[in-house]
Amino acid sequence: MFDLDKWQEIFSTIKKNRLRTFLTGFSVAWGIFMLIILLGSGRGLENGVRNQFKGSVNNGIWISSGRTTMAYQGFKPGRDIKFTNEDYERVKETIDGIDVISARSMININNTISYKNEYGNFTISPCHPGYAIIKDVKIEEGRFLNDIDLQKYRKVVAISTIVRDALFKNGDKKKAVGKYIKISGVPFKVVGVFSDEGLEDEQRRVYIPIYTAQRVFFGSNEIDQVSLTTGDKTIDEVDAMVEQIRKQFSAIHKFDVEDHRAISIWNKAQDFKRTMDLFAGIRLFVWIVGIGTIIAGIVGVSNIMIIVVKERTKEIGIRKAIGATPYSIVSTIIAESILITAFAGYVGLILGIGLLELISKALPPIEFFVNPEADLRVAVSATILLVVSGTLAGLFPALKAAGIRPIEALRDE
Amino acid sequence: MIELKGLHKSYITGNNKLHVLKGLDLIIEQGELVSVMGSSGSGKSTLLNVLGILDSYDNGSYKLNNTLMSNLTEKKAAHFRNNMIGFVFQSFNLISFKNAMENVALPLYYQRVGRKTRNKIAMEYLDKMGIKDWAEHMPNELSGGQKQRVAIARAMISKPKVILADEPTGALDSTTSLEVMDLFREINKSGITMIIVTHERDISEKTNRIIQLKDGIIESDLISKN
Repeated sequence: MFDLDKWQEIFSTIKKNRLRTFLTGFSVAWGIFMLIILLGSGRGLENGVRNQFKGSVNNGIWISSGRTTMAYQGFKPGRDIKFTNEDYERVKETIDGIDVISARSMININNTISYKNEYGNFTISPCHPGYAIIKDVKIEEGRFLNDIDLQKYRKVVAISTIVRDALFKNGDKKKAVGKYIKISGVPFKVVGVFSDEGLEDEQRRVYIPIYTAQRVFFGSNEIDQVSLTTGDKTIDEVDAMVEQIRKQFSAIHKFDVEDHRAISIWNKAQDFKRTMDLFAGIRLFVWIVGIGTIIAGIVGVSNIMIIVVKERTKEIGIRKAIGATPYSIVSTIIAESILITAFAGYVGLILGIGLLELISKALPPIEFFVNPEADLRVAVSATILLVVSGTLAGLFPALKAAGIRPIEALRDE
Repeated sequence: MIELKGLHKSYITGNNKLHVLKGLDLIIEQGELVSVMGSSGSGKSTLLNVLGILDSYDNGSYKLNNTLMSNLTEKKAAHFRNNMIGFVFQSFNLISFKNAMENVALPLYYQRVGRKTRNKIAMEYLDKMGIKDWAEHMPNELSGGQKQRVAIARAMISKPKVILADEPTGALDSTTSLEVMDLFREINKSGITMIIVTHERDISEKTNRIIQLKDGIIESDLISKN
């Protein structure tokens, strides 16, 4: 039931008791505001760190060649370990549980790439077809490299959107697939365009078949890295795989198993899990502080409501003496408190979200802080919780005040 | 108008039972101007509470305008207070954040009279009290006499059958007290029953009937010559 006159009465009371209204509202608005900032910051941090993990699958293992640091079987330390296609083949054949595998070489050739009059320097990355999955690239046009490209030593290339945009201007942009671009002076046919969510450096890449690169550019079967994915194995199973790989390489390349610089194995799954565990901890912390904030808000608003009703005991007595029913008194006080707390909660919500928006818009992009957004459901629930607790805190003293004998309330000054 | 028969009232505080009204028999006719006197503890505020339907009683009967006032729901009691009774207090009891006009209009709010109408009626009553020019003033900007006039206007706006005044001149100087009493007499002439609780003899002497309470019983009930 909407009683206009009642609301006019409520509004005039609110308008004429500004300080009281402000104090009640402030404790609610502040609680909600802080909660949103807290939740938003937590989320922003998590988003930022999660972004660091983008640009490759989370179940990948990267095996890179390095240099020994320990003497082993008569070899002095400081020896370079070199991988060849044999290492790739051996890992592929002998290690169980590999989902996708690819070799890569960090090419060191003239990296100028040109199309017609446009040219630029980009990273040329020779690899197997599986690298598209390991690197988690998204094919925008055409296709990635395939097995036949490798078997037939085709001179084909998959380019990133950044490379496409740099080389293919205006009308050519949509027609990059099928065109020939020159890599270090050698024409390669563009078979596909991909996008990559990884670091900017990783977005300036072109991928070519590794056997083609070995034949055209290096004249050897050397590779620098073997990377693979492990399917849906558990962390323990993946750790076992890593150990198996390390032992195998140490036996073949003759270095100490404990020499972690001879080859480096990055197990992303473990890193990812460790970070996610950390965030589970941070989230728990955010929740504890958040609940603390809300409790402080509840205590604040309850306190004020109790005092407000105390302060209004006389007014309640007067109203009762001139014919107000207890119901009309209590319902007016409660409606007033709901109005103030709900409005204040809304203001806190808007201010908090506004500030988060401002931070994410105005601040220069920080790698570890992305999209600080608060869970709206949580914020709204918290607001409702504050409104309800403020109401309950006001309800009991209001009921008590409405039940007293007015003459007594009015007599003592 | 008001008919009390064997009215008893006691308060229980902890283990003690405090017998305040010990069997009052009283009849007040429509249009009377009555003062109730008595020292503190004589039961005069309790009587006022019962007459004002702000408190219940234990035994006996209380008829207001031929209606028995017992076992009333809070809602019914509020309705009777609103329609039949006007209150005037020693400490005025105006709502501090409402101006004079709004204070006067408040009883009509509880009768669901629209805002404009009730403010218009309030202005008429303020005019009758001679303080129309102060309608927009807040209570703390008014003198004691002006505040009491606002309170009287508020008591009268719902056209009650009876006005209960609890030490209405207690906070006023003697000149203003007499002015207020003159006002009461004038209101009384329009047919409204007035019951004034006071302990000041010169105030009670302005009324037509003086009821003296002592220890919860009526000690004397004198019709004066006025």
